[in-house]
Amino acid sequence: MRDTGRIYLDHAATTPVLPEVARAMHEALLEGFGNPSSVHREGRRARAAVERARRQAAALIGADPEEIIFTGGGTEADNLAIQGAAREAGAGAHIVTTAVEHHAVLDACEALESEGYRVTVVPVDGDGRVDPDDVLAALTPDTVLVSVMLANNEVGTIQPVAEIARRARERGVLVHTDAVQAVGQIPVDVNELGIDLLSFSSHKIYGPKGVGALYVRRGVRGRLKPLVYGGGQERRLRPGTENVPGIVGFGAACEIAARDLAARAGQERRWRDRLIQGLLEAIPGALLNGPAPGQDGAAAAGGVPGLDGRLSNNVNVSIPDVAVDVLLAQLDLEGVAASSGSACTAGSVRPSHVLRAMGRDLDAATHVLRLTVGRSNDDEQIEQALEIIPRAVARLRRAGRFTVQRG
Amino acid sequence: MTRPRVLAAMSGGVDSSVAAALLLEQGYDVIGVTMQVWPDLSPAEEVRRGGCCSITAVNDAQLVADALGIPYYVLDMQEVFERTVIDYFVREYARGRTPNPCIACNKFVKFEALLQKALELGCEYVATGHYARIDFDQDSGRYRLWRSADRRKDQTYALYDLRQEQLGRTLFPLGGLTKPEVRRLAEQFGLVTAHKPDSQEICFVLDDDYGAFIEERAPETVVPGPIYDLAGRRIGTHRGLPHYTVGQRRGLGISADEPLYVVEIRPEDNALVVGRADDVFAAGLIAEDLNWIPFATLDGPRRCTARIRYNAREAACTVFPLPAGDGGALEGPGGGVDHGGGARRAVVVFDDMQRAVTPGQAVVFYDGDLVLGGGTIDRALRADEAESLAARAGAVTVPGTV
Repeated sequence: MRDTGRIYLDHAATTPVLPEVARAMHEALLEGFGNPSSVHREGRRARAAVERARRQAAALIGADPEEIIFTGGGTEADNLAIQGAAREAGAGAHIVTTAVEHHAVLDACEALESEGYRVTVVPVDGDGRVDPDDVLAALTPDTVLVSVMLANNEVGTIQPVAEIARRARERGVLVHTDAVQAVGQIPVDVNELGIDLLSFSSHKIYGPKGVGALYVRRGVRGRLKPLVYGGGQERRLRPGTENVPGIVGFGAACEIAARDLAARAGQERRWRDRLIQGLLEAIPGALLNGPAPGQDGAAAAGGVPGLDGRLSNNVNVSIPDVAVDVLLAQLDLEGVAASSGSACTAGSVRPSHVLRAMGRDLDAATHVLRLTVGRSNDDEQIEQALEIIPRAVARLRRAGRFTVQRG
Repeated sequence: MTRPRVLAAMSGGVDSSVAAALLLEQGYDVIGVTMQVWPDLSPAEEVRRGGCCSITAVNDAQLVADALGIPYYVLDMQEVFERTVIDYFVREYARGRTPNPCIACNKFVKFEALLQKALELGCEYVATGHYARIDFDQDSGRYRLWRSADRRKDQTYALYDLRQEQLGRTLFPLGGLTKPEVRRLAEQFGLVTAHKPDSQEICFVLDDDYGAFIEERAPETVVPGPIYDLAGRRIGTHRGLPHYTVGQRRGLGISADEPLYVVEIRPEDNALVVGRADDVFAAGLIAEDLNWIPFATLDGPRRCTARIRYNAREAACTVFPLPAGDGGALEGPGGGVDHGGGARRAVVVFDDMQRAVTPGQAVVFYDGDLVLGGGTIDRALRADEAESLAARAGAVTVPGTV
C-alpha cells in the first residue's frame, strides 16, 4: 500500500486512508449510489448511510447527530462558521480571533474586513498560547463571534478554549473553535468545551479528503447565514446533494478515531518526545517552537493521562541557517516526508505567521522543519529519521557558498 | 556506480521539459525543479500573468517530471529574484537606461543562487533548456560558450555574463538541436508540453508594458517631463522616462512633418531627446562591466561581430579595450568607474553605423559561433567621439566612420 522505505512524517498535512475506511467508501460508491433525498429504496439506503456517519461523527465529539453539518472539509466549515455568523448579524458585526489561526480562519476574517466588517486579532505568548483575558478584553458590544483554534497546526499548542468559551458566552457571543488538528488527537467534547461551533476534517483522521463537518450547537443554526443556496440538505446550511461516499468514509474514520485515541496518543507522544530530544541534541542551533514536552496542559488536553499542552504528534524546530526548501527536497530524496509548516503554499518559503506571532525572528520563522507522527510510523522509523535528518542538515551546511568571482 | 546528479530547471515549457528528458536518457540522475520567483497571486492576477513561474507552469513541470519518473520540487527564489532582477530592472529604468532582466536572472538567479541549491542537494550541474553550447578547451584551460545549432533560437546573448565557475557547472542539453527537433523529441517522449507555444516576453512584465510595471513599483521615477529636439527646442511632454527606449517611434504624441524617434534618454533633467530616423544611428559605443569567456582579458584591439540587442543582427566591429581610468572625458554623470582587474571597459566602433544603440542593453561579441564575451552599453558614440576614443585606445584608423 505505501511506498516501502518511506518514512511519512507529515500527518498534520494529511493522513493515509485506513483500509476499513476505504472499504466502507467502496461499498457506498458501488451499492449505496442513491440520492439521500429520494423517496425510493435506493435513496433511503443512501440516507441511512449518511445518517449513520452523522452519528459516528457526533459521537467522536460528544455532540448530538442533528448538530453535525457535513461540509466540503475543514476550510469550508471554518468559513461557514465565520462568514455565516458575521453575515447573519450584518454590517458592523465584529469578530475576535487570534494571530495563530489557520489561514482558513484568518483569510475569511480578512475577506470580511474588506467588506466592512470589523476584526480584532489577539496576540499570543512565546509558546503560541492566547491569554483568555486578552480575548475577553477584545469583546465589544458589536462582537458576534469569537474564533480560537483548539490546537495549532504548526506548533501543536493547545489553547484554553473552554475558559474562553465559558466567559465569552456569558456575554452572549458565539464561540467557534477550529478543531481540525485536535479532533482524533486529543479528547474533544463539545459540552466540556462549551463552544457553539466546531470545525473538524476527515482527511486529518485517516478518512478521505474533501469532507468535514461543522458542529452547530442546537439553537445556534439561526445565527448562521449559508454560504451557498440550492436545497434543503444539511438543514439548509450546506445545500447540495451529499458527498455520500466521502461522508461514509468520514464516519468510519470518526468511529475508529474514537476507539483508538487513548492508545495512539500515548505512543505518538513517545515518538514526539524522542524526535524533539534527538533533533535538538544532534542539530546544533536548532530551536524548539511551541510548548516544551511535559509542560502542564493536561487540563487543556482533556485530562487524559500522558497528554500535555502540545499536540501529541507535533514536532516543530527552527534551523535558522538552513534553506528549508532544499532541506525538504533532500529529505524527500532520502525517503523522509516532512514539511515546513503548512502544506497550503508548497514551494513558497515564507515566514510562518504563527512563529512571527510567537516572537521568532525572520530567519527562525522561515527556516522551519515540522514533523508530525501518526499511524504510518513505528519505532524503527523514528530512529531512522533521527539519523537521516541531522545528516542531511550537516550536509547542507557543509556545501558552503558557491561564489562567483566578479571583476 | 553513481550517476552524476543534475538539477534540471523546469519552467513548464517544451524546451526545459525536453532538456530534462534528454539528461535522463543520457544517464544522469535528474532532479527537476521550478523556481518560485513570485509571491502567491490572487486568482485574477494569476490568470493575467500566466508567466514562466505561475501555478500553471508548476503544474505542467510537475506533470512532465511525474511522466519522466524524476523527483520534482519547487524552490523558493523570491528573495534573490527581487534583489537581483526586479530591483536592478527598476533601478536601471530610473537611470534612464533600458535593462535586460534575463541577463541578470541568468547571472544571479539561475546560475548562482539555483546553482548553490543544486550543490547543497548533491548535484554537480544545473541544466536548463537554453539554446547554447558549452565546451572545455584543453589548451586554454577555459570553458567556452558557443551559439546554438539553431541560429534563430540562439540564447547566448543573455548568457554572455556567465563566469568560468558557472559555465563549468552548467549543462545545455538542447544546444545541438533545432526547435523543430526539440518539438519532435517532445512528441516522441510523449511530453504534455510538446505543443505549448513559445514564450517571449519578459516573464514578470504583463503585456510587455514595462512603463506600467515601473509605474507600479517605483512611481517616483515616472514623472512627465520635456521632449526636446536635437536643437534643444522643447516640442512636447513625455509621460515619464521608463515608458521610452532609444529608437522608439510610437507613443511620443508629437505631430511633425517626418516621423520622430527617441535619440537619447536624459535622466539628469528628466528629458527625452528626439530626432529623425537618421539621428538614431550611432558609430560606436562604450561598454562597461565586460566579461570575456575564452580568455581572461582583452589586451589589444579585436575584430569581431557584435550584437546590441536580443534579436539584432550582428554588426562587424572593432573592440578597443580602455585602459583603467580612461574614458573620463566622455563619461556622463554617474558614468562607470573602472573596477580594476584589467580592461572592464571598451570602446566599440562599428564598421557601419548601427541603429538604436541603447544604454543598459548588453553588447555581446562573437567570433563566428564562439561567444567572446560582452558588457553593458554605457552610451552611444557619435562618429567623431568614436574616432578620437578609438585612436587614443588603439592608435589605429577607425574603419567605416565617415
